[in-house]
Amino acid sequence: MDIIQLLQLIVSSSLMFAAPLILTALGGTFSERGGVVNIGLEGIMVMGAFMSAIFNIQFFGTFGNMTPWVGLLAGGVIGLLFSILHAVATINLRADHIVSGTVINLAAPALAVFLTRAIFGAAQTGPLPRAFGRSNIFLLHRIPVIGPIFFRNTSGPAYLGIIIAVIAWFILFKTRFGLRLRSVGEHPHAAETLGIKVYTMKYAGVLISGFLGGMGGAIQAQAIHNEFGILTVAGQGFIAMAAMIFGKWNPLGAMGAAIFFGFAQSLARIGNHIPIIQDISNIWLQVLPYLLTILVLVGVIGRAEAPAAIGKTYIKSK
Amino acid sequence: MLTQNNNRLNNLMVPILSIILGFVFGALLMLLFGYNPLTAYQAMLEGVFTNPYFFGEALRQATILTFTGLGFAIAFQAGFFNIGVAGQLLVGWVSAIWVALTLPDLPRIVLVTLSLLVGIVAGAIWAGIAGALRAYFGTSEVVVTIMLNYTALHVTNYLIRNVLSTGNTTERVGESASLRIDWLTNLTAGSRLNVGFFIAIIVVALYWVFMTQTTAGFEVRAVGLNPHASSYAGMSAAKNIILSMVLSGALAGLGGAIHGLGTFGNIFTQSGLPHVGFNGIAVALLGLGNPVGIFFSSILFGVLDVGAGFLPNRAGVPDEMASIVIAAIIFFVGANYLIRLIMGKLQSNKQATEGGE
Repeated sequence: MDIIQLLQLIVSSSLMFAAPLILTALGGTFSERGGVVNIGLEGIMVMGAFMSAIFNIQFFGTFGNMTPWVGLLAGGVIGLLFSILHAVATINLRADHIVSGTVINLAAPALAVFLTRAIFGAAQTGPLPRAFGRSNIFLLHRIPVIGPIFFRNTSGPAYLGIIIAVIAWFILFKTRFGLRLRSVGEHPHAAETLGIKVYTMKYAGVLISGFLGGMGGAIQAQAIHNEFGILTVAGQGFIAMAAMIFGKWNPLGAMGAAIFFGFAQSLARIGNHIPIIQDISNIWLQVLPYLLTILVLVGVIGRAEAPAAIGKTYIKSK
Repeated sequence: MLTQNNNRLNNLMVPILSIILGFVFGALLMLLFGYNPLTAYQAMLEGVFTNPYFFGEALRQATILTFTGLGFAIAFQAGFFNIGVAGQLLVGWVSAIWVALTLPDLPRIVLVTLSLLVGIVAGAIWAGIAGALRAYFGTSEVVVTIMLNYTALHVTNYLIRNVLSTGNTTERVGESASLRIDWLTNLTAGSRLNVGFFIAIIVVALYWVFMTQTTAGFEVRAVGLNPHASSYAGMSAAKNIILSMVLSGALAGLGGAIHGLGTFGNIFTQSGLPHVGFNGIAVALLGLGNPVGIFFSSILFGVLDVGAGFLPNRAGVPDEMASIVIAAIIFFVGANYLIRLIMGKLQSNKQATEGGE
C-alpha cells in the first residue's frame, strides 16, 4: 500500500465514522446554546436510525439510489418529533434536563425495538437495500494528490456534515436568530427584557438539535451498520456530546472534534493496515477515544466555556 | 401543619400517580398497535405472582436494582449525576469473579467477603476517578462517567477473552464463592434469589442511617441542596464530591459483585452496558432519593423486568413494552411539575368551594 492509498484509507474511514458525530454534535450545540442540556441525543439518534432504516426498506422502490438521502431527512423529521418531548418536559414542565434526557435514552431504544418487532417480527431490520456506500465528490476528486486522498471513495454524508457545520457557525454567530438563541442560553432574563421570546428560542434550539441528531442516527444506520438493531447507535450520541464540549460549543470546533473522534474510532477497524499502529493491542485502540475524551476535557477545556444558563429551568416572569 | 401534611401527601402522590400514568401510557400505546393491554398486564402479573420461581427472580432482579438505585441516589443527593452506574457495576462484577476464580480454596465466608469487598473497591475507584476529576478540574461528571462506562465495557470484555478465559464466558465460581443459600433456593422453586437480597435490605438501612444520622451524610445532603451555603459553612466541596461519588461507585460495585456471585456465578462478554445500571437511575428517580422508596421501586421494576418475559408468549406483545412503561413512569416523575400543578389546582378549587360554603 503506497502512502497515498494509506492516507486515503485513513481519511475516508475517519470521515465515515465522523459523519454521524458531526451532525449530532452540531445538534447538541444548538440545544445547549439555547440553554437546554440535551443528553437525550443518544436516544434521538436511535429514533433517527430506526426511522431511516424503515424508510430505506419501504421506499427503496420509489427513490432508488437516492433512498439513503431521503432516509436522512426521514430520520431528521422523527428526531425533531421526538425532541418535542424533551422540549415540553424541560421548558414547560420544568423537568430536570438530565432526567428528561435520560428518559429519552431509556425510551428510544425500547420504543424503536418494540416498533421493529411490531413491523418486522424481529429485533433487527436486516440489511438495508441501499446504503450510502462510498462516493467521489463532484469534480474535487480530480485534483491531483489532494483529490485522491480527500475526495475519492469517501463518505458523502461527512461532507454534508462539514457544509452544515459552516452554515451552523454562520447562523449562530452572524445572524439575528443566532444572537438571540445565544442570549437565551447566557442570560434568559435579560433576553426576555429585550423582548426576545425565551421559550420560543429554546424550542427552536431543542427542535434543531432533534432534527440534526435524527439525521446523525440515520447516517449511523445507513452508512455504518446498514441495518437497524439495538446496537446500531450504542453510545455514539454520548460521544457526539463529548465532541460538542471538546469543540467548546462552537459548530466548527464541534465538527473538528467529531472528525477527531471519527479518526480515533476508525483506528480500531483499520489499525492493522497502518504501520506502528498495527503493533498496538486492539484493546488500547478500543478504549482510546474514551480515554482521550477524558484527558481532553481535563486538560484543554476551562470551566467557563459552557453557556452560562445551561441546564437551568427558566420560569417566565409574569 | 395542614400544609405540611399536604406536602408529604403530595410527595407520595407524585410517584404513585407517575406509576399509574406510566401504565396508562403503555396501555394506550398497546391499543394503538392493536394489542390488548389488559391481557398484557395480566400476563405480567400472573406470570410473576403465581409462580414462586418467577417471584424469586423478580426479587433477585430487585436486589441488583436496589444497589444501582442507591448508588445513583447518593451521588444525586449530593448534586451529581452518576450515569456511570452501569460501568461501575460491570467492574465490580468482573473483579469479584476474578477474585473468586483466583482463590477458590479459601473458606466460603472469607472468599465471599473478600470477593464482595474487591467488587466494592473496584466500583468505588471507577466512580472515584470521575469524582476526583470533577472536584479538582471541574470536569463534567456526566461526560466522564459515560466515557468510563464504555472503557469499562471494553476492558471487561478484554479481560474475559484474554485473562479470565479463552472464550466469551468464564468458568463458574465454586460453591465456596456462591451467594446461593439452599432454603431460599428451595423456597422459590430453584430461582437464583440469594443472600444478596438480605444484604440489600441491610444496605438500605445503613444508607438511611448514614444520610439522616451522621455528619458526613448531612454534609452530602447539604452540598446537594446548596453548594455555596455549604462551602461558607466550612464544608469542603471537593471532599464531599469525591465521597459521594466513591460511595456511589461502591454501592454499584457491590451490586455488580452480587450480580456476578449470586445471579450468574460467572461473567461473559457483554454487547452493551448492563441494563440494570440504567434502570437503577430510573429506580432512584422514582424512589425520590428515599432508601425505602428506592427499595420498593426496585421491587416494582424487578416485577416489570421479569414479567416482561411473559409478554411475547402470553399476550403477543414485544417484551420491550416493559421498558417503555418504565421510561414513561420516569417521564412523569421528571415532569412532576405537571402533577403538582394539577393537584394544586384541584386542592385550591376544593378549598375555594369549602370556603364559600
